Amino acid sequence: MTPQLVSATAPNGADHAAVPSSRQADMADMADMAEYLLWLGDDALVSAQRLGEWITNAPELEEDVALGNIGLDQLGQARALLSYAGELLGRNEDELAYFRDDVDFRCTHLVSLPRGDFADAVVRLLLVGAYSEQLYAALTTSADERLAGIAAKAIKEVRYHVEHAAGWAVRLGDGTDESHRRMQDALNRAWPYLDELFDPHPLTDHLDGIAVDPATLKEPALQRITAVLDEATLTVPATQRVAGGGRDGRPSEHLGPMLAVMQVLARAHPGASW
Amino acid sequence: MHGDHAPATSAGPAGPAEPSASGQSSFDRVIAGDGRIEPRDEMPDDYRKSLIRQISQHAHSEIIGMQPEGNWITRAPSLHRKAILMAKVQDEAGHGLYLYSAAETLGASREDMMQALLAGKARYSSIFNYPTPTWADIGAIGWLVDGAAICNQVPLCRASYGPYARAMIRICKEESFHQRQGFEILLTLSRGTPAQHELAQEAVNRWYAPSLMMFGPPDADSPNSAKSMAWKIKRFSNDELRQRFVDMLVPQAQALGLTLPDPDLRWNAERGHYDFGELDWSEFKAVLAGQGQCNVQRVEHRRRAHTEGAWVREAAMAHAAKKAARQQQSARGAA
Ligand SMILES: [Fe+2]
Ligand SMILES: [Fe+2]
Repeated sequence: MTPQLVSATAPNGADHAAVPSSRQADMADMADMAEYLLWLGDDALVSAQRLGEWITNAPELEEDVALGNIGLDQLGQARALLSYAGELLGRNEDELAYFRDDVDFRCTHLVSLPRGDFADAVVRLLLVGAYSEQLYAALTTSADERLAGIAAKAIKEVRYHVEHAAGWAVRLGDGTDESHRRMQDALNRAWPYLDELFDPHPLTDHLDGIAVDPATLKEPALQRITAVLDEATLTVPATQRVAGGGRDGRPSEHLGPMLAVMQVLARAHPGASW
Repeated sequence: MHGDHAPATSAGPAGPAEPSASGQSSFDRVIAGDGRIEPRDEMPDDYRKSLIRQISQHAHSEIIGMQPEGNWITRAPSLHRKAILMAKVQDEAGHGLYLYSAAETLGASREDMMQALLAGKARYSSIFNYPTPTWADIGAIGWLVDGAAICNQVPLCRASYGPYARAMIRICKEESFHQRQGFEILLTLSRGTPAQHELAQEAVNRWYAPSLMMFGPPDADSPNSAKSMAWKIKRFSNDELRQRFVDMLVPQAQALGLTLPDPDLRWNAERGHYDFGELDWSEFKAVLAGQGQCNVQRVEHRRRAHTEGAWVREAAMAHAAKKAARQQQSARGAA
């Protein structure tokens, strides 16, 4: 199965006599579109925020630079997506980033897990990267030109992120006994959160030709991930998935404390510019 | 960022023996002719050691300097500022890397330099032992600390040692972006709400004197400077650079709508420079001696990151060794 944009279930050319007035339809579409942009934008923002915690803490200086680069790419993606969502919602990127509570975020649980050790960072970058790689590749042909443009830029960045993560996964998986153990542990910890990224959701059905059905991304993303894990001599965990709910306002327990830090200064000075 | 021209507490690794008489005279000729000394040229051992000390202190300053600003990455108050700050802290890591490489061309090893820093034996600029309690500190560091670094470093772009001078050209370009960004942060705060203006003024009050002290002690108390100037590593004295910095700051402070905390600061038409008040060198010496608010914390942070990363570095080496062995084996198999 190749990733694909959600296709219309109605036969082509059928007249939709029952649709509401086009104005109402536009508004409903706009709300759906904004919601979808928040899915993507919040995943990127929260990943970038976690990577920001790595700077000055990386195992070597070169890696402070590399993780900073990846974080900056993700932050750039988040800003493009949240600005677009904000235009549809009548809010700017900072209002969306700093003045929403955790239940109003739409990120998956995987991206908000605590920083952990370097193995956790590598594993998360690999898993989220492999998903994003498929996602943005598919979105480059979205009927929404602006989203397609954002995806076209993001795909180049994300490919590099996955390469970087894959390189470390192999070095650490096939390095010392300790690094192998740490990588396998990190993989076991992250794995139950992976499925949430690919959960089908009614929202994407409403965004015909614009959004991607996440379920269609699963197979190619898993292929990429397992190829890396093979080379890294790591084992695909047999653990069960956990419930998720990030897309529907049921965030992980970790998101609240993260946002408390991220938003503290902005919220202390409401209405201020920086 | 730049070292404090503090007296060295650790000499660099021993370089090759003193140059031959002909080597020495060619070194002297190059220095006298304002030329560049390159890694393969013969050079006096003192020159080599002095450079290793200065360049490694400078590299350490870049690396330790990431911490006070890194402190605000997760709390930066807008996404735009967060992106600029992440890029800035990343630039500083890059500066540290270029400088360690420049020191390596003199025979120092990065591992030894890093170990000296972690053991608390190597110096770095004392300015980074001051804390960053507010967001305005990020503006003040950019404007004052990167600003002082530029005044110190622009002349180093003509330092006699080639790799150092070339590293400085690259670094100075980025530092001037940093200064402009710091200025912009302060300007936005100064023109913002009364609470924001207050934050900006308060941060400038705290960073002004320490940034002036970054140029090192007054010339009369700076024993190392004369030699560095003779070797054309350093081209202006501490006091000359400090004066240049103050002259640059005064009009910028006016543009910011902020006050520099020195009642003695006034234009001296006769000298064509601003006069400024005595600095409290006892505080500088206390921070240099390890009693700043963050001395312990900064080194401890670096030590922890290094220790926590040990398994990663070991694994990378082990993997490289395995890979090389496999390649050798398959090459033998093919033969
Ligand atoms: Fe720097
Ligand atoms: Fe800088």
